Amino acid sequence: MIEFLQQLINGLSLGAIYALIALGYTMVYGVLRFINFAHGDVYMLGAFAGLYISPFVAKFLGTVADWAKAHSHLPGATLLLGAVGGDTPWTGALLVLLFAMVACAIAGIVIEKLAYRPLRNSPRLTVLITAIGVSLFLENFGQYAFGVDPQSFPDLIGDHAITLPAWFGPLTNLTVMVSQVLVFAATILLLIALWYIVTKTKLGTAMRALSVNPTATSLMGVNNDVVISFTFGLGSALAGAAGILISIQQPSIDPLMGLQPGINAFVAAVLGGIGNIPGAAFGGILIGVIQTLVVGYSDTLHIPSGYRDAVAFFLLILILLFKPTGLFGRVEREKV
Amino acid sequence: MMRITSVLPWLAAFALGASAAMAQAQIKVGEFASMSGGSASFGQSSHNGTALAIDEINAAGGLLGKKVDLITEDDRSMAGEPSTIVHKLISEDGVVAVLGEVASSKSLEAAPICQENHIPMISPASTNAKVTEVGNYIFRVCFIDPFQGKVMAKFALSRGWKNVAILKDVKQDYSMGLADAFEKAITANGGSIVKEQEYSTGDKDFRAQLTSIKASHPDAIFVPGYYAEVALIARQARQFGIKVPLLGGDGWVGESLLKVAGHALDGCYFSNHYSQDDPSPVIQDFVKKYQAKYGEKPDAMAALGYDSAKILADAITRAGTTAEPQLRNAIAATKDFKGVTGDITLDADRNATKAAVILTIANGGFKFVQRVAP
Repeated sequence: MIEFLQQLINGLSLGAIYALIALGYTMVYGVLRFINFAHGDVYMLGAFAGLYISPFVAKFLGTVADWAKAHSHLPGATLLLGAVGGDTPWTGALLVLLFAMVACAIAGIVIEKLAYRPLRNSPRLTVLITAIGVSLFLENFGQYAFGVDPQSFPDLIGDHAITLPAWFGPLTNLTVMVSQVLVFAATILLLIALWYIVTKTKLGTAMRALSVNPTATSLMGVNNDVVISFTFGLGSALAGAAGILISIQQPSIDPLMGLQPGINAFVAAVLGGIGNIPGAAFGGILIGVIQTLVVGYSDTLHIPSGYRDAVAFFLLILILLFKPTGLFGRVEREKV
Repeated sequence: MMRITSVLPWLAAFALGASAAMAQAQIKVGEFASMSGGSASFGQSSHNGTALAIDEINAAGGLLGKKVDLITEDDRSMAGEPSTIVHKLISEDGVVAVLGEVASSKSLEAAPICQENHIPMISPASTNAKVTEVGNYIFRVCFIDPFQGKVMAKFALSRGWKNVAILKDVKQDYSMGLADAFEKAITANGGSIVKEQEYSTGDKDFRAQLTSIKASHPDAIFVPGYYAEVALIARQARQFGIKVPLLGGDGWVGESLLKVAGHALDGCYFSNHYSQDDPSPVIQDFVKKYQAKYGEKPDAMAALGYDSAKILADAITRAGTTAEPQLRNAIAATKDFKGVTGDITLDADRNATKAAVILTIANGGFKFVQRVAP
């Protein structure tokens, strides 16, 4: 029982990672009807942006802490020290996260401008192939710029296993890492934030309108280019956030790290109904849990654990056979 | 940096190839390696070792009065690439022999092409037994997995670790072969495998496998994978409170292993081809030369790359020609060659018989434990 619960936790945490990446896939698809295959590589850029900025962030926080110590008589200095002092690396993690998100948003907007915008009126296949080209470019550029060997990602939050309180009884044997909870919480927060942006803001309304009929929106005075740039920026910022959060949990980053989770996240997005935001999150969690349970019970199921991706993808085919739009992709109107 | 230096001789060779008169003045040797991609650490090391050997040979006047021209191609650590580039090396460049690869999966792809064209291929470090079984033109200068697996199985038993779990990489012939050899050796000698789990190259989350392994209460875990995944496996195992040692093979050696794993691998053991701390003068001489050229200490892959080129050169000298089958026969006759990774004799199956070393990890470095003779 404990082992099953532990596997469930493992599955949820793996699924949260897929969900986090799938959100970006599905949002860009929802607006532009186009799979941005370079999404996984933007995620990689986010991780490297975090790697290179974190020493500067640490230095900056150190300087601020010193200043606060030296000026402790000023009002608020103690508070400031509390926020940036040695025991609370969260401020640093947050700064690194924001930086990576901004860097990725810029990268996403630039990629859109250089690679996809000239093809705005081309057949969809052309754009799709260009996306694959961008993905290959980023992977090889990454190998050239960052080196091919995996690099160790700094432990920004002081990751450790959470000690469960005694009243959990036998459940105290479960291992849950701070970083796993963080990824899960971040996925939910970003899900809510996305939902808010898409349904409650003016830009979100424009995004949804554009996904229905781009010609009509431009006739209504919406600047389509701005909306599309914003969509790419937002999607890429999500990828950047995923890059940091996941690298905190699995602190080994390399230029090809976007490949494998990218595929799984893409499958998750399709499973949930591509273009549907909650669907992507649900699809990610589902794939993560299924893969984990296949591995955990490979002996009982008589399926070697190496087949975990095959099982997940087989399930995808089954679901698509009966529900070709994915689990949640029902009504066109609901798509962002 | 690495890429530029590897492309330059290629460009030079290309320019020279245009003038047919120059073509005869040199001996062309092809090399395919993972210069980029997932196992680039291996490819770059073995390439550095190979290039150092070729430089030395040319500095000493070349072979049979001709300069040796090393043509290096990058297979980007990707399946499918080796066959394309080895075809190119043989049919376009007209190489007399092919050196490569480290990863067994890549060597297995290239070997049938070399065999078909009757071009000798010497793998520096592919330990999977199947590689040289492809045909009589395929050689290697390293020991093979049945030996490496036996070494680690006996070592585990000698420490009293009888119940061992295995976590292997289904995408690597190397990992599957080594796990198989280990399992056979340990069950034949009174031990048992309590759990077998699998993962794929590129995975970063091993919690499902480790949870299931933990429940089987092993004395040790055999992880015959490559360094990138092993580092994360070790970290996650320690997070789960799995305190038993991890055991592995030569695939563990990579620059990033200890940087990513931190202290998670302390007290773990793996088998390897050589130890750079070995005081023997042959090794220390090699370490000094390598360090002078590349500014870092050579790992086992560099040493094997160096030996593969030196054995080929030795065979060309003894054959007195690069024609076939004389060259192949000369390589096959290699006996007691004083290599950096030990005295190399190629047996009837074209595999090197030589000793393995067992290393442990302590204080952020590798430490020599013992040498195991074949």
